[in-house]
Amino acid sequence: MSVGVTGAGRRVAAPVALLQAMPLGLVLGVFLVVPIALLIVVSFFDYDSVQIIPGFVWTNYQDVLFSRVTWMIYLNTLKYTVIVWALTLFIGFWVAYVLGFLVQSKTLQMVLFLLCSIPFLTSNIIRMISWVPFLGRNGLINGLLLHLGVIRSPLEWLLFSDFAVVLAFVHLYTLFMVAPIFNTMMRIDRRLIEAAVDGGAGFWQVIANVIVPLCKPGIAIGSIFIVTLVMGDFITVRLMSGGQSASVGLMIYNQISLLQYPAACANAVVLLLTVLLMVGTILRLVDIRKEL
Amino acid sequence: MTETVPSQAKRGIGRRAALSLAGAAVGAGAVTGFPTIWAQNIKNVTLRQFGTGVSNINAIAEKCKADLGITLAMTALDSDAAAQKAVTQPKSYDIADIEYWICKKIFPVGTLQPMDVKKIKYYDKIVPIFTTGKLTPDTVIAQGTSPSTVGFVQGKTSTKFASAPTEWMTLIPTIYNADTLGIRPDLVGRPITNWKDLVDPAFKGKAAILNIPSIGIMDAAMVMESAGAIKYGDKGNMTRGEIDKTIAFLIEQKKAGQFRAFWKSFDESVNLMASGEVVIQSMWSPAVAAVRAKGIPCVFQPLKEGYRAWGGGLGIAKHLSGLELDAAYEYINWYLSGWVGAYLNRQGYYSAVIDTAKQFMSADEWGFWMEGKPAAKDILSPEGKVMEKAGAVRDGGSFYDRMGHVACWNSVMTEDRYMVQKWNEFIAA
Repeated sequence: MSVGVTGAGRRVAAPVALLQAMPLGLVLGVFLVVPIALLIVVSFFDYDSVQIIPGFVWTNYQDVLFSRVTWMIYLNTLKYTVIVWALTLFIGFWVAYVLGFLVQSKTLQMVLFLLCSIPFLTSNIIRMISWVPFLGRNGLINGLLLHLGVIRSPLEWLLFSDFAVVLAFVHLYTLFMVAPIFNTMMRIDRRLIEAAVDGGAGFWQVIANVIVPLCKPGIAIGSIFIVTLVMGDFITVRLMSGGQSASVGLMIYNQISLLQYPAACANAVVLLLTVLLMVGTILRLVDIRKEL
Repeated sequence: MTETVPSQAKRGIGRRAALSLAGAAVGAGAVTGFPTIWAQNIKNVTLRQFGTGVSNINAIAEKCKADLGITLAMTALDSDAAAQKAVTQPKSYDIADIEYWICKKIFPVGTLQPMDVKKIKYYDKIVPIFTTGKLTPDTVIAQGTSPSTVGFVQGKTSTKFASAPTEWMTLIPTIYNADTLGIRPDLVGRPITNWKDLVDPAFKGKAAILNIPSIGIMDAAMVMESAGAIKYGDKGNMTRGEIDKTIAFLIEQKKAGQFRAFWKSFDESVNLMASGEVVIQSMWSPAVAAVRAKGIPCVFQPLKEGYRAWGGGLGIAKHLSGLELDAAYEYINWYLSGWVGAYLNRQGYYSAVIDTAKQFMSADEWGFWMEGKPAAKDILSPEGKVMEKAGAVRDGGSFYDRMGHVACWNSVMTEDRYMVQKWNEFIAA
């Protein structure tokens, strides 16, 4: 609504504005709109085991939407997304809180924030694989627990399980939650907190009534990162579940590797719509533009 | 074994001579003639090769450069990616190093050109598995995509496979082998003799199967048939009913917690085995060697029901012509002339022309790798690392013991699309 109004108000400057927007428009057009259009077109093609046959068939969508497997895989992917989102939100919020409010020195703040990002200097896959010797049947944790006499036989569920998948996701993606929340926390006017405290608010009241509401845009941005990353992931699920669990991304990856491009495209379109819907919901709940 | 092979070769010559006397003479002339004419130019040729098997071996590219002057630019891919590249980027390569079941999928698309057997110097010495399909005259051709069924096309421009050898070959065989289950003898605690041992409840949570649908389903089929749960018409080309049953069986096993993991790449299988996460699983021979190289016992266990075999070969891209095409033939002839064969045999694979490879191996190496004899001295890998100590005997024995007991070949099914859907169901279950 508000966009429409401002748009109408600036109509006079339209040609200049259009010109200014053109470079970005071109880049987005060539690298975003065209590929997605192709994706949609190919999703209606037919295929056999070696080639794609141009045409217009609904079979790819039928295979996606009316198969029990797809629903199960979507459910499984959503399960990962919800769990990972909740955990990263919790951890991310408190890490950001410590960085933003408890650490007083600006320098120390930045140093600690950079420390958080150090793991990102290595590749995703390396960070994931390094969990394997740690969690395995004869791995470090099992070795330690056995040695201490806490358990009698190795814990099997540590590796190649949903636990391992969620652990790796949280490890990989928490920073995507920390960064935007930290960013919004830094913009909170400290006088608001002082006022709340002066007004008699306790610690939890300040958190619940001042900090969390003002952090909403950061939380929303972090949530968008997490949702899109987890919904589209295939490699973490494959490596950490030992190939025993499936995700939508993995299903698409399998189809691509078997040259079933149209099926993969149909799947990708459905996934895209699902993720857009989720992102749309988040944006609906929180107006992130207000804070940017 | 040294007696059987020459007799095979002789029969081959007889058949070829009957095919076309004049043609053979011209062909022979061309093969010996052109290297001297083109020799200088060929040195400047670069052949771009991609693939799954020999494309992983840099030593071959180096030796090729030294012997022929031809530069090989190699790209290693997994089999799915290789099939994709062969079809979708036909201009991006000159030589395709692919497996026979991939060939069945992609040759009909027409991105590769058939090779004239008259220009293949050692054609008559190629192991008959790849020509007639019969290793020995009384061999029954195994189920699946037997290389001989997709090894030839009907003519120079044809993309239709021929049922018997013609003068136009699709792939020149390079590497092949017979696969079985790998086990940790120290951890299984009993002799392993059948494929069905993979689903023995004693190994609950300690078994693995590979997650490449077209190969994984074959291993599953070997297990099921071994357990007496089903008798397939052709394991390599199942009906929908057979696929349903096999997948249902796999899902049941998965739900019961039989499997620890499903692996997709070579190193995953090595790590699973070496770390003791898994004690019995589908495996490939170099992976077994890699586990052993870490000092961990691992056996590539021969099983009663036989092996699941696979084979790869080199194909020439459609767009090659003139000097580059000659260079490709030159490379392929060099490839079969022995040095590479010996190199591959020493890695535990088999080479397509075993006579020439023999000349490049010591009697002890030949005895160990090909004849199933105990090693007199330590057996070294091509890189010079000790692979087996003196006295060791190869798992499964001689070439004829192993390649003679192939139950099925890696394959691509008519119901491929359906099978993949069902396989996804298994992974998601």
